[in-house]
Amino acid sequence: MNIYQHMTGEIPLLLGNVPQFIYLIPLMLVCSLVYGATRHELWGPIYQNSMRTLVWLVCFVGILFGVFLFSSWLV
Amino acid sequence: MSHSSPSSSPEDSICIDLRNPYLAALLAWLCPGAGHLYQRRYGKGVLFMVCILSTYLFGFTIGGGHVVYASWIKNDRRWQYACQIGVGLPALPAIIQNKLERNPEKEPLANGIMAPPSRIDAKKMDELSLWHAQYGAMFEIGTLYTMVAGLLNIVVIFDAYGGPVILNYQVSGSRGPPGKSDE
Repeated sequence: MNIYQHMTGEIPLLLGNVPQFIYLIPLMLVCSLVYGATRHELWGPIYQNSMRTLVWLVCFVGILFGVFLFSSWLV
Repeated sequence: MSHSSPSSSPEDSICIDLRNPYLAALLAWLCPGAGHLYQRRYGKGVLFMVCILSTYLFGFTIGGGHVVYASWIKNDRRWQYACQIGVGLPALPAIIQNKLERNPEKEPLANGIMAPPSRIDAKKMDELSLWHAQYGAMFEIGTLYTMVAGLLNIVVIFDAYGGPVILNYQVSGSRGPPGKSDE
């Protein structure tokens, strides 16, 4: 990692440099899957619950991201 | 111990045998998914094992094997380990490594994997600073991944002990979970 990547928050990945929030996507997927599976016993309801949780998580993180982006634009 | 429900959800007809819930919870803590495999809930067991272990191992790998360590000394209170220990066996070697690192007569095992950083000094470039400089954001992301894996496994332990949280279903075992008794 060079100093530019360190300052801009970019991380070298297999396919090039990507922003750090890319690493949130698999984490949110895993969280929603495990959370859904602890609430249901059959695959159908687990899948539905997981998708609902994933959408909720993405929206929540997206709103937070927007707020921070707007704040940084103001400053 | 069983519980019946008047609703018509397809999950109402499921009978879950929790076997020994205490043993299942212990197994679930030691190895994510093992408690469910013991209860013959193979699908969920494999799902938990793959999700949690892969999350933990990914975080552990991108952090160079240094993001999981146990330490509670001045300038290095590793509170994150309280979350990481939720994964069970994969995080337990950190305790042994901590004992070895703090003993001046012994060396940490396996090239210091999971060993706490040596020579912690806030005013100097110590080993923890070197790890941060070497791995950059990966160190923080690896720590986050391993912490989330540990916290997720705590939810899984509860599922192994008491079954799914919000459903009406039938439970049997040597001891039923709280709140699932006959009404």
